[in-house]
Amino acid sequence: MSARVRRRSAVNIIVLSLSVATALMGLAFLALIGWTLVSRGLAAINIDLFTQETPPPGSRGGLANAIVGSAAMTGLAMLIATPVGVLAGTYLAEYGRDSRFGSVARFINDILLSAPSILVGLFVYGFTVLPMQHYSGWAGSIALSLIALPVIVRSTQDMIGLVPVPLREAAAALGAPEWRVMMSIVWRAAGSGMLTGVLLAAARISGETAPLLFTALNNQFWSTDLNAPMANLPVVIYRFALSPYDDWQQLAWGGAFLITFAILVLNILARLVSARSQLKV
Amino acid sequence: MAGETLTARPRVHTKPADTESAEVKVSVRDLHFYYDKFQALKNVNLDLEDRRVTAFVGPSGCGKSTLLRVFNRIYGLYPRQRAEGSVMIGGRNILDRDQDLNALRAMVGMVFQKPTPFPMTIYENIAFGIRLYQSLPKSELDDRVEHALKRAALWVEVKDKLRQSGLSLSGGQQQRLCIARTIATEPAVVLLDEPASALDPISTAKVEELISELRSDYCIAIVTHNMQQAARSSDYTAFMYLGELVEFGATEKIFTNPRDKRTADYITGRFG
Repeated sequence: MSARVRRRSAVNIIVLSLSVATALMGLAFLALIGWTLVSRGLAAINIDLFTQETPPPGSRGGLANAIVGSAAMTGLAMLIATPVGVLAGTYLAEYGRDSRFGSVARFINDILLSAPSILVGLFVYGFTVLPMQHYSGWAGSIALSLIALPVIVRSTQDMIGLVPVPLREAAAALGAPEWRVMMSIVWRAAGSGMLTGVLLAAARISGETAPLLFTALNNQFWSTDLNAPMANLPVVIYRFALSPYDDWQQLAWGGAFLITFAILVLNILARLVSARSQLKV
Repeated sequence: MAGETLTARPRVHTKPADTESAEVKVSVRDLHFYYDKFQALKNVNLDLEDRRVTAFVGPSGCGKSTLLRVFNRIYGLYPRQRAEGSVMIGGRNILDRDQDLNALRAMVGMVFQKPTPFPMTIYENIAFGIRLYQSLPKSELDDRVEHALKRAALWVEVKDKLRQSGLSLSGGQQQRLCIARTIATEPAVVLLDEPASALDPISTAKVEELISELRSDYCIAIVTHNMQQAARSSDYTAFMYLGELVEFGATEKIFTNPRDKRTADYITGRFG
């Protein structure tokens, strides 16, 4: 009896220390990255960063065109992906539940969810950049929207699936037509969870580099023309960080800090929204 | 004689004030119900009268909730469930293929086991159902909401917080909110599916009191596992077992002098 208890507590201590150790290891790397980013990035933050265009090597400049380009393309991508994703997720959760088409679509969506983003970039390159003969902000937005889409579809589907059956039945039992049950009751109950998914999708695409390399490429100058190549933070960071010039590398640190900060803010927002959710996951 | 209690409308009333015979609101004939291949109701025949409470009792899985879910065809939300036979409400067989389900459900309200407040304000919870079929000016809508909440004995508790979420109420209040929401649309029949089983004794007492209040205006059908509740708050009791309506009659009679041995065994707690 006591031997068994001793053995159990020994096993407990070993497993517990192992799991604490691995958790600490993960956190240590995260802290190291965070610390490097903050210390190098903060030093690069100044007013020029937000007001000047990306400079040629050796002269002063900032990231204004890349910040605006990233914001524009991320925003546009979300404008495309959100309605499509919400509607598709609603269909899959509600109407395509038992159909063969629904289960195939769900499966494909789950594959898209983990598809390498460089493939998405190449795909969009093939059907926009090649026929248009030039890189463009539109192409970048489309590529980003294709990455955001499966995230939104999946989270919408999951959140709608969490809405209790009696709640739908109660609305239907009042004589509410199906579309109204969906829009007034189900979407409202699942709303904050769906919004969380949208915010996380925005966070996900705001750091994507690969799909933009093939689509929006880059632009050294200020441009808000979506029909032309467009500057964006990830590609600028990629270029500048690999360059031999100190001032470019400095700007890359600043850009990396900005993106990380923006993603952090989006994640915190997502947490706040989901904490207000009425559905307990 | 045994056959008579099964199908005939009982003429014995429990309360002296109700001796005049009431109008039949729901008339069930030869009803069979299937969940895919499984037959959950077998040849059910009974009538529900207006301004009476009919309780459905029986062990779990006997089909009493299923029967309730036929009356507003809520089972129609699920593809593999079907009913055969006839259920006459308002002069027509609601099992007909061309029955407008939304119109039927507006006429036959339902309250569920667990409170199901919508994720919106208390006011909007009530107004939701009214707005589906009527567009009223604000003042009139306000009156309807107030009336429904008063009728459900909830007005005093919520009148100062109509703009708060319906989810902020306690479980018992939420259930009364759901009852208010159901009667706000002025249905002809009110179905209550174990409305108090998730509530504490005090809330249960309030809901029961409310049911006997509503009795004067509606045809009420209630499913319950609580024998005392059935005995206390109903005029008629239907005992169901394995998908069959075993015995149906005045509550007093079912509880004091049941015809069928299975009924007697169940209400005295010998099985189930």
